[in-house]
Amino acid sequence: MERDRRNTFIVAGLGILLLVIVVLSFGLGRYPVSAGEVLGIALSKIFPLEQFWADRTETVLLNIRFPRIILACLVGACLSATGAAYQGVFQNPMAAPDILGASAGAAFGAALAILNRCSSFTITLSAFIFSLLTVFLVYYFSKKIKGKSILGLILSGIVVGSLFSAATSLVKLVADPTDQLPAIIYWLMGSLAGAGSREIKFALIPMTLGLLPLLLLRWRMNVLTMGDDESRAMGINVNRIRLTVIICSTLTTAASVAVSGMIGWVGLVIPHVARKIVGNNYHHLLPASVLSGAIFMLLVDNVSRNLLTAEIPLGILTAFIGAPFFIYLMTRRGEYS
Amino acid sequence: MSITVNDLSFNFGQNRVLKEISFTARGGELLSVLGPNGVGKTTLFRCILGLLRGYRGQICLGGTDIKGLGAAEMARLIAYVPQFHYPSFNYSVFDMVLMGTSVHVSAFSRPGREQAKLVDAALERLGISQLKERGFTRISSGEQQLVLLARALVQESPILVMDEPTSNLDYGNQVRVLTEVKSLVSEGYTIIQSTHSPDLAFMFSDRVLALKDGAVLGCGPPEEVFSEELIYALYGMRVKMESLYYDRVRVCIPKHIADKAAAASLVSNL
Repeated sequence: MERDRRNTFIVAGLGILLLVIVVLSFGLGRYPVSAGEVLGIALSKIFPLEQFWADRTETVLLNIRFPRIILACLVGACLSATGAAYQGVFQNPMAAPDILGASAGAAFGAALAILNRCSSFTITLSAFIFSLLTVFLVYYFSKKIKGKSILGLILSGIVVGSLFSAATSLVKLVADPTDQLPAIIYWLMGSLAGAGSREIKFALIPMTLGLLPLLLLRWRMNVLTMGDDESRAMGINVNRIRLTVIICSTLTTAASVAVSGMIGWVGLVIPHVARKIVGNNYHHLLPASVLSGAIFMLLVDNVSRNLLTAEIPLGILTAFIGAPFFIYLMTRRGEYS
Repeated sequence: MSITVNDLSFNFGQNRVLKEISFTARGGELLSVLGPNGVGKTTLFRCILGLLRGYRGQICLGGTDIKGLGAAEMARLIAYVPQFHYPSFNYSVFDMVLMGTSVHVSAFSRPGREQAKLVDAALERLGISQLKERGFTRISSGEQQLVLLARALVQESPILVMDEPTSNLDYGNQVRVLTEVKSLVSEGYTIIQSTHSPDLAFMFSDRVLALKDGAVLGCGPPEEVFSEELIYALYGMRVKMESLYYDRVRVCIPKHIADKAAAASLVSNL
């Protein structure tokens, strides 16, 4: 019970930390904006305030930085939460959001749309639809595989995922190497540079629809990690809960990947960071994953847009930061690790 | 609450694992299932727990046919203590046991204060309160077995199924766990367990079910069922069965060892 209270404080602390980083992030960027201006513009949306900043500052903050910061938080939170959820329902600490082929499908959808010279919003939409389609195919084939259902899902995920990866390669092969090919490759490396309010509006609904049930079902996810026989004997309808988690996670992952491109490692590493901080009980683990995912992604995106004059793709940064950190994490031991 | 099994058969593909098994365990009894490895004990248990559905025959728990019961309805009747738990993630002992109460809370909520009290009581009863905040993978296998038993107790089902509860334990912990099991039975629980130790089964059980090749070889009170012939039929091992304390205890000694010992003592008496 004492641990319970401590973990509640930690989750609250992560929430405050996220807020602080969000506010600080507004001040970061090529175009200089002071903290006073950030505060002033934010407050002017609620209270009538005399404008002491340039119009251009407001445009940069509201139309460029605001959507990008929000989207970074959303994508990080979603990838991390679905990673944690999948680790539970597949009883597999190595599970990540793309274990059922969601990323491979999205990549193919985006590449196909770029090949057909679609608008940036159509690319997002196509990635989202193909992502959902891929996971549906994975689930459909897994039902035909005899034996353990978890193994069937993971196998089917690997097979269908690699099929779509091959299809993406094919699209790259026929793409115009002067403009289409770089666009595809850049999309595959992950970026939030194209983030606008339209992307937020598009992603917000599936993300919320997916995340809410996950948060509500978090005690049941604990029981699911006990294994199918044990959790069913404890009165849990294993198949129904697992399917619900898969559907919700697919919605959130597809929406995230569609707006951000391929961003690896977040969904694997951040849940494990959260496990180290609050333990494995999903009651605190899932909120902690959501918040740490948002914090991590926002920090990485800040580095991505400020470190060099050209933006560094997010997928590269998350791998460079995530992989060594994961090794560090795995070499540490604690009572609950 | 009683367990009644009538003409239970189960096939894995072409392989007939259970053949027309019938037996009854009355409420408040400890039934021990004996049989060689791979005889279908685990399959029998999974059928009784409602985890395997495609069986023929009838299984009744306290007069209710379990065919068509949902997971939650089953869990209120019968709880499961696995032989061994392979943790994917390390939970505290308290959280592990708390999971046993899940059937009593709705899908969208978590166990509360009332359930936490149940957990404390179960840990206290089994004498493992000091383990409450420890990680499950950080305690010994004997302690883990008691934690799994506590988890089944807070489920508050009248029947417990224990799959070889003592097979991973040292001798002291075997006797300790079985003594706990026995006292649960005297409080009214019906417990069905599988075991590989005829001696301990004789000491602790109210009823014994002997299975061979998926069929019933003998069923009844241990003093009626246990014989040298039964042990040979089950395990292909000739034993000498010694009765002690006016037949309160019977001990099996492998025949070749008993013969050699008898010969040696004969020589030394000369």
